[in-house]
Amino acid sequence: MRRPDRPRTPRERRWRGSGQGPQPSPALLVALVLACLTLMTLDQAGDSSPLEPARRAAGEVFGPVEVAASTAIRPFTGVSDWFRSRDAMQDDLIALQAENSRLKSDLATQGYDRNRLEEYDGLTAAARDLGYDLVPARVVGLGPSQSFSSTVTIDAGSDAGIHPDLTVINNDGLVGRVLRVTRTTATVLLIVDSDSVVGGRVGESMEVGFLHGRGVLGQDGRLDLELVDQTAVPAKHDSVVTWGSEAGGPYVSGVPVGRVTSVYSSLRETSTRAVIDPYVDFGALDLVGVVVPSGTPSDRAVIESDGDLR
Amino acid sequence: MNALRAAVAAAAVGVALVLQVSVFPHLAWDGIVPDLCLLVVVGAALTRGPQFAMVLGFGAGVVLDLAPPADHVAGRWALALVLVGYVAGRVRQDVRPSAGTVLATVAASSFVGTSVFALSGLLLGDPALGVPQLLEVIVLALVWDLLLTPLVLPAVMTLFRRLEPDRSLA
Repeated sequence: MRRPDRPRTPRERRWRGSGQGPQPSPALLVALVLACLTLMTLDQAGDSSPLEPARRAAGEVFGPVEVAASTAIRPFTGVSDWFRSRDAMQDDLIALQAENSRLKSDLATQGYDRNRLEEYDGLTAAARDLGYDLVPARVVGLGPSQSFSSTVTIDAGSDAGIHPDLTVINNDGLVGRVLRVTRTTATVLLIVDSDSVVGGRVGESMEVGFLHGRGVLGQDGRLDLELVDQTAVPAKHDSVVTWGSEAGGPYVSGVPVGRVTSVYSSLRETSTRAVIDPYVDFGALDLVGVVVPSGTPSDRAVIESDGDLR
Repeated sequence: MNALRAAVAAAAVGVALVLQVSVFPHLAWDGIVPDLCLLVVVGAALTRGPQFAMVLGFGAGVVLDLAPPADHVAGRWALALVLVGYVAGRVRQDVRPSAGTVLATVAASSFVGTSVFALSGLLLGDPALGVPQLLEVIVLALVWDLLLTPLVLPAVMTLFRRLEPDRSLA
């Protein structure tokens, strides 16, 4: 409208004549915006939301496609590593990294393990309960940071014996918990999400508290620990492990989460807040394990508590 | 023709969504990936006008809200992309948009889209993030979208241009 019209071809004239001119119809805009607001209102209910079946249906459709896409590009994401060293060296490196992670997590839970042994000495039944099975899975989809929520899709679902509220870990420590499942995929809420709350325990002092995610994924992906006992001050580099809840859900106990990097105490709020640097690198998640009760039927090999494959 | 157009548009949105969720996280920048679905809606708006783009934006937004890793309140991306369709559709239709126009439209749309999403989150109390962090994400997403524009928009616009109804009627 600002520039003079050039002569129109018949095609363009017909196009404008068909009612699809550049002037958008306000009625359509209002209708669509109202539809969006209706969706938001319906979905506010959380877990009992009427949109949950629709989410599941979308998951059944897009889940397998995400798995396929991510399998298709996996060779390419590994290309740079493949060029860097020969296969044998690569295998050594993977083995060493795994051993290093295991030693680090042993070290991180040492204080916790010692205290736990002292406190629960004689309760041998508890030791049996700590043996869990792991269902291995790969991360096939990562929610964009533009959505301001930290969730990932993994390629194991109800067929693999997974159901909501199971703990997800990897080599380095706690990753998150399962929110919802489809037949072949599951959505995992990462512990750095701002909605995530994990019961944590400082390994060295056995003080309990709550870990809140900050909702940031990258380098500043941190957790805030609020201790229940406000007189307890965790030391820098203390490690924090999960406390666990009854029947192991949603988080099993004794999984390393991160270590204390700094401690703030506010007189006005009369609380101590520690900042935790998680052991897991959430920007580079790939292989994870879902903690399932022993003997869960699954469509894939399950890693048993003694390290065997079943 | 309408059914074919709808099918092709749905396929474009589906491909964009899967790329955005499964492929681009490997290149992501603090978890921020290009909004490919938003680029498809902008491409539709520049070739087919606001009506089509708003409807497509609604569809793409609902899929983004429901498909697996998403866990926010449904309808937020739908609202953002309907408004993106409206804004991008205001660009003049009867001349082919120049490269500059396309880039400016993408920048404006990306800003509007991510901001509307962030603001709806603030209103619903969904993300609980500070404004500086929101702004950082909005700006990084805008840069990503501009970088991807030369690769994505020509293809999307050619696709939607091919689907003009009168060509098949003639």
